[in-house]
Amino acid sequence: MSVAAKPAAGAGPVLEVRGLIIELPKGSDRKLAVDNASFSVGRGEIVCLVGESGSGKSVIAQSVMGLLPKQLPVAGGSILLEGEDITHAPLSRLRQLRATRMSMVFQEPMTALNPVMSCGEQVDEVLEEHTTLSPAERRAKILETIREVRLPEPERIYASYPHQLSGGQRQRIVIAMALILDPALIIADEPTTALDVTTQAQILQLIRDLQARHGTGVLFITHDFGVVAEIAQRVAVLRLGNLVEFGARDEVLKRPSHDYTKMLIRAVPTLAPVGRAADPGAPVVLQIRNLSKTYIDRGWLTKRREVHAATAVNLEVRRGQTLGIVGESGSGKSTVARCVVRLIDPTSGEVLLGGQDIATLSASKLRPLRRRVQIVFQDPYRSLNPRRRVGEAIIEGPLNYGLSRSEAIVRARKLMELVRMDPASLERYPHQFSGGQRQRICIARALAMEPELLIADEAVSALDVSVQAQVLGLLEEIRGRLNLAMLFITHDLRVAAQICDHVAVMSQGHVVEYGPASEVFLRPQHEYTRALFAAAPGRDFAFSTDPR
Amino acid sequence: MATDKTADNADDALSTESADVMRYESAWQRVRRSWSVRIGGCVLLVLLFIAVAAPWLGTVDPTLFDAGSRDLKPGQPGEIITLDGDTIKHTFIMGSDSFGRDIYSRVIYGTRVSLVVGAFSAVVALAFGIVLGLVSGYIRWLDGPLMRVMDGVMAIPAILIAIALVAMFRASLLSVIIAIAIPEIPRVTRLVRSLVLTIREEPYVEAAVSLGTPTWKIMFSHILPNTVAPLLVQGTYICAFGILVEAILSFLGVGLPPDIPTWGNIMSEGRSQFVTFPHNVFFPGLFLAATVLAVNILGDGLRDTLDPKMARRA
Repeated sequence: MSVAAKPAAGAGPVLEVRGLIIELPKGSDRKLAVDNASFSVGRGEIVCLVGESGSGKSVIAQSVMGLLPKQLPVAGGSILLEGEDITHAPLSRLRQLRATRMSMVFQEPMTALNPVMSCGEQVDEVLEEHTTLSPAERRAKILETIREVRLPEPERIYASYPHQLSGGQRQRIVIAMALILDPALIIADEPTTALDVTTQAQILQLIRDLQARHGTGVLFITHDFGVVAEIAQRVAVLRLGNLVEFGARDEVLKRPSHDYTKMLIRAVPTLAPVGRAADPGAPVVLQIRNLSKTYIDRGWLTKRREVHAATAVNLEVRRGQTLGIVGESGSGKSTVARCVVRLIDPTSGEVLLGGQDIATLSASKLRPLRRRVQIVFQDPYRSLNPRRRVGEAIIEGPLNYGLSRSEAIVRARKLMELVRMDPASLERYPHQFSGGQRQRICIARALAMEPELLIADEAVSALDVSVQAQVLGLLEEIRGRLNLAMLFITHDLRVAAQICDHVAVMSQGHVVEYGPASEVFLRPQHEYTRALFAAAPGRDFAFSTDPR
Repeated sequence: MATDKTADNADDALSTESADVMRYESAWQRVRRSWSVRIGGCVLLVLLFIAVAAPWLGTVDPTLFDAGSRDLKPGQPGEIITLDGDTIKHTFIMGSDSFGRDIYSRVIYGTRVSLVVGAFSAVVALAFGIVLGLVSGYIRWLDGPLMRVMDGVMAIPAILIAIALVAMFRASLLSVIIAIAIPEIPRVTRLVRSLVLTIREEPYVEAAVSLGTPTWKIMFSHILPNTVAPLLVQGTYICAFGILVEAILSFLGVGLPPDIPTWGNIMSEGRSQFVTFPHNVFFPGLFLAATVLAVNILGDGLRDTLDPKMARRA
């Protein structure tokens, strides 16, 4: 793939953004959503717009499509689509351009499609609006496009409703819809973020192939540097509305010039495992034997349906060790974690906590043992009760186990320092904190129980990459300092490589591979593990390792 | 609020976490800024003042009548006999009815009944609804039977239940309030149950479970506080509905006894001579409409400001 795309003869860039300024409504955290951003997308070129949450990357995408809400007015600069200034184009003109000259692929394919229309009809709507083809011709064209996005049985897909397709298939339909009129520009707003890693690899490949064949310019928005390394020809880095760096992929990723880019790239975890060898002398904190969880869906008049969320899982964590459970969505990794915390009851098998089986204990017998296992959840915005002060959340557990209020508060203040937060924050409400800070608070809440086993259920998945690196570092430090056993559940192989000593790979409820991290990462045995590693975006790309 | 933790690391300073965290207004601040809440609240405050200060607002005892002052037009002067048998001069601002009672005094005193009935029927319906909703949301085996009973209650028109209940007991303020509240309980129960079912799946509730917090404590300290906003809104609608139903019951003659001045009673008595003396119905009707409108506007304002999804869209 050549870095500098050859523009088609006699044509300038497909998209040119010059000094774009977009305002935020009054009372926001900053004045401008986008401050003086300039970049361009050439014909047949993929430009990645990369940045953390709140960087304004989606706002830029919306401004190009003319989809900005009224509260975000364009205050300056211009947007040129194939040389035509569309910054303040009337709605009628934008409507003509959408789908024909520029189109958009959204993040969440389920909500981008209308659930009560068949996929074929939805694509047909685009053709009906913008072409004069007859129904038969339209149908033929749609089937051809469905074939082009490599969906099996186009006839069946044409008649299917969105809920009958998998996430990857739905995203292919959305891409088919975007491509069908052969636009000059496609804007893809985090198109693979909602997908599993193996599906993501397929969709990225598809976008690359189609783009090369049609010579389309692609503005690809992402927060994932692995994806950037995989797909981009040029990269624009945004930070809080400012475009801090714009250049060829290798230039930006290997020789970043701006401090922010350097920091971001440094924060991308590598796939090289750092796991330490097991200490056979350390006591076993958690042992899972033959754990199974089956959900039985017993409708009143419907057929009985069984879902095997986890089948015969055997795992072991020793003190001071981190076991990672890695898998795609629906693999059963969270089910195992929730069984260990007994948020759900296992169907069969044993969960031995320091030798005592808690899998079938009654609620009252379980209560004294609960403090020994604590969990940190994925979504920092939902893990704290919005109506209670942070301090109340942290002392809740210790109070339940008979600690006096003043002692609990002393402990909470110490813990806040441990997770590097100001103890004065105890008096505040959760909404006053950012995602990373909330996750620190959740860690403090779990640690207040002085657990032996800390479970992190996708605890860093919702965080931006720089914050992710900070929270990972904190977890690692705490595990070392308090000599905890940790069960770390993640879908992200890079994160797993950074923190896990042992790794279990789960697929469809089964543990398909289990061993020391170095073994699993460097010499994967199972076919699924290999597929998972092969799909990790940007795995072969050597990021800048330049020290600051 | 830049990073208030140790930002000694250059990376920490560059991270997006170092950006100011968006300062959200508290619910109370948003509520106070809403014009619907301000207008509805002000009208209700005025009505509350009228109800409390009724004896000092130039009124006479609303049960007094004087045969000589029958069917006076609004603003006409007349006389009225007090309980002690004295005859005093009185201006009938809103006219008088066919017994010679002062409509102004009756309407002003009627405010008391309406506000009490509205407020207390909402409180009673919410209290029962919250308990039943928590129970059916948390104790799964009770959910089915309880909700089927609620479905049954909801299948009968509210006004019919109210009439039947008042007919069964002697009509008093308490029985009217209960009769109005009972048909509203299923709606509150359903609302609370659906909220409980959503909130109990929230990670912060699961975190509380793993912290060993007992179930009753989770219900009252984690789940219930998060249902306050929608319940407050629901409460205002029940209040408005309660005021209306009380007026309807009185108008139909099955509500409070006719000697107690309520807007429904006044309208009911004025109905027969509506064509010649419309003021008998007009003034209590005006108060009733204003009150119900104010409560509903207040409820709309609360819904717009307290429901975070609505607030985001504004």
